[in-house]
Amino acid sequence: MKKQAQQIECVRIEELGEEDNMSAIYILWLRQIKKYLRSRSRLIGSLGQPLLFLLAFGFGFGSIYQKAGQGIYIQFLGPGIILMSVLFTAVFTGIEIIWDRQFGFLKETLVAPVPRFNIMLGRTIGGATVATIQGIIVFILTLIVGFRPNNFALIPLWLIVVFLSALLFTSLGTIIASLMEDMQGFQIIMNFLVMPIFFLSGALFPLKGLPPIMEFIVKFDPLTYGVDGARWALISKSEFGILKDLSILIIVTVILIGIGSYLFERIEA
Amino acid sequence: MNNKIIEVNNLTKKFDDFTAVNDISFDIKEGEIFAFLGPNGAGKSTTIKVLTTILKPTTGKIVLNEKNPETDKNGVRKSFGIVFQDPSLDDDLTAYENMQFHAVLYKIPGNIRNKRIEDMMKFVELWDRKDSLIKTFSGGMKRRLEIARGLLHHPKILFLDEPTIGLDPQTRNHMWSYLQNVNKKERMTIFFTTHYMEEAQKIAQRIAIIDFGKIIAIGTADELMKKTNTKSLEDAFLKMTGHVIRDEEASSTDRMRTHRRAWGRR
Repeated sequence: MKKQAQQIECVRIEELGEEDNMSAIYILWLRQIKKYLRSRSRLIGSLGQPLLFLLAFGFGFGSIYQKAGQGIYIQFLGPGIILMSVLFTAVFTGIEIIWDRQFGFLKETLVAPVPRFNIMLGRTIGGATVATIQGIIVFILTLIVGFRPNNFALIPLWLIVVFLSALLFTSLGTIIASLMEDMQGFQIIMNFLVMPIFFLSGALFPLKGLPPIMEFIVKFDPLTYGVDGARWALISKSEFGILKDLSILIIVTVILIGIGSYLFERIEA
Repeated sequence: MNNKIIEVNNLTKKFDDFTAVNDISFDIKEGEIFAFLGPNGAGKSTTIKVLTTILKPTTGKIVLNEKNPETDKNGVRKSFGIVFQDPSLDDDLTAYENMQFHAVLYKIPGNIRNKRIEDMMKFVELWDRKDSLIKTFSGGMKRRLEIARGLLHHPKILFLDEPTIGLDPQTRNHMWSYLQNVNKKERMTIFFTTHYMEEAQKIAQRIAIIDFGKIIAIGTADELMKKTNTKSLEDAFLKMTGHVIRDEEASSTDRMRTHRRAWGRR
């Protein structure tokens, strides 16, 4: 038996033994970035919606907003629209697991000798990075439309808020994808989850003076805190304060990553 | 040659009320080339999926390379390479990137990684296309790349789920002679499913015939022919499994493919 073993003319990876699971996270991250940078149409296409919202809402409601004594609406709306595109991009990159399942690539990652948690984490951070880049692009778009941040020194803090929100919603996408067999339920998810998260977040309207039920719902929406944190950093206006915003975003993100990895662990293909 | 690298005891896999694999048991020895034959929907792919930790068994016990998938998933996953029945490459990455991705996931050390990828891609004659996106590849090219990828990390066991579908006879020949060579040199165990009888007869040392989730016969091609008193493996196969044509139920993936085709890409 020993003799036979010596004849083997190769190094089997199992004998190399080192446990380096960080590079798995990295390669999954890299994959998301490469795919994003390669799909120009997706990049450009995803700018249409924020631009439309900025123009239609920003200028459409601008005068009413100003007459109500609230100042310049585009200043208020800017951070909301940025977070909207972060929300959409993040949820979609999370949901992409379903496409991977369809094209078979998911299996390649499911049988790899890497803890599923690392696979899930790599994807999620990759998706969140993509959504953050998207957020930065939309930020530039808002500048073109006339948005002006109060204090450029707080941009790094804004980036943290954006990245946390991106992580949060990518994990949400992962959770959805782990529960869905195929894209049949996609419309339901859009209409009953993603759209409500956006519209009920305070991205479009101030939180003061809302009816109590509405206020209650809005406070349950994690995007509310992303938008509020972004406003804190960009226009020095905030309902909850940056500490509360960040804490809530962090807690919800950790919980969602936990649920996401639990579900991803159990995916069968 | 006597140590078992795969042991399957009373394995059953049910999907809701449908039993895909029904109480099967078999062993495969290290270094053996083993073929799984069976009509469509007999349970071949399901068995492979259970063996490769993609599906959890409903009941039964599996030991793979002395490791138990229940308790040591990663140990099991390190032990095998697999070529799936359906394509499993990333269409938006290049051939080389797909290989690199695999090499990193399987922790092939950086200093030998690139050389190994180059060797394997040259073997399947795709090295000159290394920077092309997979979406520009034909079915046969994808298949070849997947075979190269499955071998990249020198697995102890190689699972091939209908690996030669879509390959021309030249490629099929080339592939099998290489695999037989690796089988000898590295004592790599090969477990494959196929519809081509002559392939099973020529390549496999032992053959199991599975139908309706049950293994109905197991042995060398000669033994199977003798048992059924037939002259060819195909006759033996038909005698054991009958002539009725089977349909596989469309999987959710198939349904989604149709769906997506109808909707176009996002």
